[in-house]
Amino acid sequence: MSNNNLSVISLVSLGEHPTSRRPRRAEQDARAIELGIKLVGDNLQTLHAGELSDDASQQTALRSYLGMGLAEIKLLEMPADADAVLVIADYLKQQKTDIILTGVRAENGESSGMLPYLLAEQLGMAMVTSIADILSIDEVNKQAEVLQALPRGQRRKLKVDLPFIASVDMAAALPRQSAFGPAMRGQFETTLGGTFTDEESSDWQIVDAKKRPKRLKIIKAKTAADRFKAATAKASGGGGKVVYGVEESAQAILDLLIEEGLI
Amino acid sequence: MSSSEFLSHFLFTLISFALLLTLVGAVKRMLLWSQGQSSTIHWLGLLQIPRRYLVDLHHVVARDKYMSNTHVATAGGFVLSSILIILLYVFQLTLQILTWALLGSSLLMFIGSIFVMLRRRNPPPNLSLGKWQRLPKSLMVFSLSFFILTLPATGILPSDTGGWLLALLLVAGIIWGIGEMFCGMTWGGPMKHAFAGALHLGLHRRQERFGGQSTGLKAIDLSSKKLGVEKPIDFKWNQLLSFDACVECGRCENNCPAFAAGQPLNPKKLIQDMVIGMAGGDDAKFAGSPYPGIKVGTHKGGAIIPIVNVLVESETLWSCTTCRACVDACPMMIEHVDAIVDMRRFETMEKGQTPGKGSEILENLSATDNPNGFAPSTRMNWAADQNLTVFGHNEKKQQVTQADVLLWVGDAAFDMRNQRTLRAMIKLLRAAKVDFAVLGDAECDSGDLARRLGDEATFQRLANSNISTMNKYSFNTIVTADPHAFHCIKNEYGEFGGNYNVMHHTGFFAELVSQQKIKLDNSKELALTYHDPCYLGRYNGEYDAPRFLLESMGVKIKEMERSKSTARCCGGGGGAPVTDIPGKQRIPDMRMADVIETKAEIVAVACPGCSAMLEGVVEPRPEVKDIAELMLDALIEDTGEDMVGAQV
Repeated sequence: MSNNNLSVISLVSLGEHPTSRRPRRAEQDARAIELGIKLVGDNLQTLHAGELSDDASQQTALRSYLGMGLAEIKLLEMPADADAVLVIADYLKQQKTDIILTGVRAENGESSGMLPYLLAEQLGMAMVTSIADILSIDEVNKQAEVLQALPRGQRRKLKVDLPFIASVDMAAALPRQSAFGPAMRGQFETTLGGTFTDEESSDWQIVDAKKRPKRLKIIKAKTAADRFKAATAKASGGGGKVVYGVEESAQAILDLLIEEGLI
Repeated sequence: MSSSEFLSHFLFTLISFALLLTLVGAVKRMLLWSQGQSSTIHWLGLLQIPRRYLVDLHHVVARDKYMSNTHVATAGGFVLSSILIILLYVFQLTLQILTWALLGSSLLMFIGSIFVMLRRRNPPPNLSLGKWQRLPKSLMVFSLSFFILTLPATGILPSDTGGWLLALLLVAGIIWGIGEMFCGMTWGGPMKHAFAGALHLGLHRRQERFGGQSTGLKAIDLSSKKLGVEKPIDFKWNQLLSFDACVECGRCENNCPAFAAGQPLNPKKLIQDMVIGMAGGDDAKFAGSPYPGIKVGTHKGGAIIPIVNVLVESETLWSCTTCRACVDACPMMIEHVDAIVDMRRFETMEKGQTPGKGSEILENLSATDNPNGFAPSTRMNWAADQNLTVFGHNEKKQQVTQADVLLWVGDAAFDMRNQRTLRAMIKLLRAAKVDFAVLGDAECDSGDLARRLGDEATFQRLANSNISTMNKYSFNTIVTADPHAFHCIKNEYGEFGGNYNVMHHTGFFAELVSQQKIKLDNSKELALTYHDPCYLGRYNGEYDAPRFLLESMGVKIKEMERSKSTARCCGGGGGAPVTDIPGKQRIPDMRMADVIETKAEIVAVACPGCSAMLEGVVEPRPEVKDIAELMLDALIEDTGEDMVGAQV
């Protein structure tokens, strides 16, 4: 695809490996870059808000985006307690951007997945969640055809007006390998970001997340085919219905509790 | 003027001119080599050429007795004849003894050339045809011409025998002969191997190879502008020289497991392609076996043209298991594996194009220090019931900083099959009352896989991390069951300041058995063969210790035809299972066929990689057992008497 006039920015964060908890390139952000490179090649801009850490492993993690063949990453310097949403929004307001790509949620920190929504709100752009691909861009009508990833491998084709923000799902194309040489030689173009202290989070208490208790699933299947079906079949929505009214809602909950043998 | 007077005048001019032409060719060839990157010039090595030729090179040639005798006669006769020809016809020394000597040496060379001719009547597929089929004729013409030319001078025949007719025939023969044998040496004929080969022997990049061993890969500077080899000129100049030494004998091809498996690699063709790259041109004239599945004549290259996917397909590079069988078989001492890894480094570190699962494995190595991405904190889970002493802190908050032996666990820690080997090792070490400790979660992958996948950066990080961990503790010996870790720590950590006494478990246990610290039952009769791991055998020359251990258990090893230095790889080295380049058959299947041929019921291995590859062969097949496991089966544990003694 040659979209020479298109301006695409991908936002990258520091990822965290799930088992070793070491910094790495975030899997979704890397997919966003892969998608960006597919759209505009070398014209892709990449933005990171944060500090260039003295810690070698953090630098290496950020540099591994450069290793995908980017010449530079724009680094918006901000202190650790700043609100990245405001800093990035402040910067993007001054740019003319057609497409902003992010991951669905960060691999560490608040990891709320709110950043693309809040940015869209601040910039007044459309927001498409969990995309797998951008199929085509009609620069005349300022419209893009986007493939959205839904659970169980389903896809939905959407038409979105430019400019828009999209969060890139794990279902997007695998990111290319990061090569050490370009990673070391790529540049950070540092600019001082606006100062927006995140006042809300300053008095939050942070505790490790606990896994939600999972309902025991008793599989009665006798054959391999049944087990396969149980594992892959779409949950049938037969039992679900929308209930209005307080009385009916309460009754529905009570019925379920009785049915599950909890009361 | 008689025909003999004419001949002697003419020969002076002709030979002088030919020598001059040869010299011009030599300079041109040297200019080609000098396009390469700088590398230490070992001038003193030049003095060693005769010794290296007669000892090291001949040692390899002599694996084929027919060819070594043939080569001694032909090459010996040729070198001697050349010297005498120059003395007689250029310096015009008219000593009768020289004439007689020339008669003898040319006869010797002629006899040799007959055997060369015979070998080439029905040449085996590993030999190149084309210009190489011309060589025996040239050898014959050269030797016969000078033999006949010399006859009258010795007085056996009257001078002017044959008159002008013979003189003209001789002139023609000599022009052909010295054209091929002198000028061809430096202008790219088959005799190029003599000129480049001699210099290569002297100026070899691995001087320690001669009379010793040098198998560790060489480190590169990670801050340099280009990492690895992209174009022929990115090789060191002495590597370019080494490519020119190739004599296209195809012994590498005969020994290459990837070639045999039908993967697109032929070490001989690869080296010839490097020559094409250095000198410029295409591969249409290559007259040997192609890379399996890739047609000859479809690729071209040049000194400043990228190699991969222009001259050589990337699959060719990634088919190599780095088993070193080609290097070991090469009479010209060419280092194929170095060249392949150099090119892989560019593919991985500059282009980011490691095929197959390479990218994932390398990412895991940098995020978790093990290739499969397991949490580093679970490295010791396998030994939860083993009560091992761990260096550093332990559960009782005691500091352990020294032990006699550091047991290097390796990535077998995460592999249920090879955990069995580790458990067996621990029981044996305890039976021998060895004082040992492990590094626990602080141990990282040795870096072997990353380095051979071309990721020198990850290798260096892992090596430095392991070295700084080990340097905190004091121990006498590192013992490991993994020959890859063994090789890396022993031969490749030195460049980063890690110098240790490292032993493979077979070597260490062999010592314990010979000191009677481990007693083995030798009454069982096992139909068993032993598979030499490449990184223990060819890389480190350890063939005896495993065999000693097996024999101590009373086993009469049913040796495979390809064993010791010619052992066939299991297919697990060099990241080959990761890149997984398709071929016609699988390398471990071929190796298992070798095992089955011996009618053995058990194949003893000494490497976690080999056990994984060979156990991956579908059953029914012989059982795969590590030597440590076999030893544990045969272990005679101390009986109660000693225990009582200890208690009192």
